[in-house]
Amino acid sequence: MNLAIKDVQHNVGRFSLTAVGIGMMLMIVMGMAGIYRGLIEDATLIINRIDSDLWIVQRDTRGPFAEMSRVPETLVYRVQAVPGIISAREFVFHTIQRQHDGKPLRMSVLGLSWPTDKGEWLPLVSGRPLARNHFEIIVDKALGFQLHEKIKLGKETYTVVGITSGMVSSGGDGMGIVTVSDSQAIQFDSVGEALRLERSARERRSAEVDIFQNQPQLVEQLAHPASELPAISSPAISAVIASLAPGTNIDQVQELIASWGDVSVFTKAEQEDLLLQGMVDKARRQLGMFRTLLTIIAAVIMALILYTLTLDKLHSIALLKLLGAPDRTILGMLLQQAVALGVMGYVIALVMGRQLFPYFPRRVVITNEDLLQLFLIVLAISVLSSLLGIWRAMRVRPTEALMG
Amino acid sequence: MSEPLAIETRQLNKVYGSGRTEVVALRQATFQVPKGKVVALLGPSGSGKSTLLTIVGLVIAPTSGQVLINGQLVVDGAHAKTDLRSYRRHHIGFVFQKANLIPFLSAIENVQVALQLNGVGAGKARGRAKELLKNFGVLERSSDMPARLSGGEQQRVAIARALANDPQVLLGDEPTAALDSERAKQVIELFGKIAHEQNAGVIVVTHDHRFLDVFDSIYEMEDGVLKERVAAA
Repeated sequence: MNLAIKDVQHNVGRFSLTAVGIGMMLMIVMGMAGIYRGLIEDATLIINRIDSDLWIVQRDTRGPFAEMSRVPETLVYRVQAVPGIISAREFVFHTIQRQHDGKPLRMSVLGLSWPTDKGEWLPLVSGRPLARNHFEIIVDKALGFQLHEKIKLGKETYTVVGITSGMVSSGGDGMGIVTVSDSQAIQFDSVGEALRLERSARERRSAEVDIFQNQPQLVEQLAHPASELPAISSPAISAVIASLAPGTNIDQVQELIASWGDVSVFTKAEQEDLLLQGMVDKARRQLGMFRTLLTIIAAVIMALILYTLTLDKLHSIALLKLLGAPDRTILGMLLQQAVALGVMGYVIALVMGRQLFPYFPRRVVITNEDLLQLFLIVLAISVLSSLLGIWRAMRVRPTEALMG
Repeated sequence: MSEPLAIETRQLNKVYGSGRTEVVALRQATFQVPKGKVVALLGPSGSGKSTLLTIVGLVIAPTSGQVLINGQLVVDGAHAKTDLRSYRRHHIGFVFQKANLIPFLSAIENVQVALQLNGVGAGKARGRAKELLKNFGVLERSSDMPARLSGGEQQRVAIARALANDPQVLLGDEPTAALDSERAKQVIELFGKIAHEQNAGVIVVTHDHRFLDVFDSIYEMEDGVLKERVAAA
């Protein structure tokens, strides 16, 4: 006869509710670990999907993900000319927050180097890659758009031609994938009034400069937006990504490009490290703190519940002692209940988590390693939290069965 | 030749507290319960009856004095001469005023647990528990939880549990207090029967003077002093 099971059967409602409560708390602990894993996956996803050997970014920046990077579009031709490089592409990446149907729309915009890259490598769940240079967009399902839906970004309207799954930025924002030129149009979109003010200011200044009097073509150019003026526009792409020919010494190529002076070069692994050690590391530590605190709170709550459950059966424990039950029988009963409570809570957390995590705003990735680690932690806190109850039970004297 | 003794106490003293809070619960209590005999312990509340019973039941230790069971010295002052909990499990049965059944075990499991604690296998323990419950007329209630049993049924289950391991010593602490006259008489007679059939020593603490003729000896306690009052037939 297992006394622990008998007691649980007798108090099944109470025990189940307690297990559900602990399960919910453990689910949050599990979710925290999952969010951290998701954060790492999201952060490194684009780097892994693009799978380029080298990332050439603005000098002394850690771009384009960890911080902003701007390089001239012409850089791509320079990179292509380096021996050992078989392909080089523009890379544009930025995050926007606009209004769509009266709701805020936050999207990470990824620019593909048209026509070299049409997005065939994207994990499409429906639709197709880009087929036109303009006004087509592939979106991640996290953004909630439907295929063929129209999205107005800036002055242009884009048609959803493809839906991806799992394409989110390290910030958890779903990606919108367009061509490089469209991504620039989205990024540098200015309202008409700003353009008019800038243009009139330029015209006013040109009236005072002799060169504009002698070269009317220059005056004509002043009507263009700032981003389109070759002399004054800022570099328009985030980075250049390059793939090496098989057998090429990556260190030599990296050293060569880095010697140019206006760019920094990172390998794929270095780019991953930048993300993980920079922006993800803080989130990791924060989630780690939450996990630790929640685990401690779960242990304290379990200890209090187990202590209360023990207090409720002190008379039975005294009676068992009076009947001659050895301490190990009573200790075993309490320990088994504690472990059962922990394991039930763990199973509930697992089942609830599997149902609820897909609805979390951020991706939750649960690995077997994390599940095993949490299971061992649950076993440990179950044993630890039962100690208070065991201590109380061991102090019960058999004579207490004779009272009341 | 003297009768073999189930229980013997020698100059038991029990003092609770010390200094100004000192309470002497038992003074030089010496008595004997031969095997197969039932002894009644009478006395007002606070006279020390329950203290004596718990010392004999090896639940608490005396301040001084000795307890012998079946001629074996098991307690000498505050010192146990054996593993008392194990000894209690094997040789002593308790019946209380309240049935004191374990609330999360059914009637049959309450009996079974006493056997299984003693190392009896689950199947054998269940068979023996059934037999005992049948003997006490509560077999049909064997799967009921204590809360669903009447006071009399609970007490019979408690007695069945006390007898599960064929104890050499049976101790009853006012076991009839919660029962009507008819049931009380049955229980007292049952104690006598158990003593005679199992050759056990039985001590029953009681306030009930209606059935004193059933007892082989009667002891009275007052202020911790034990005196033999009447030798019953």
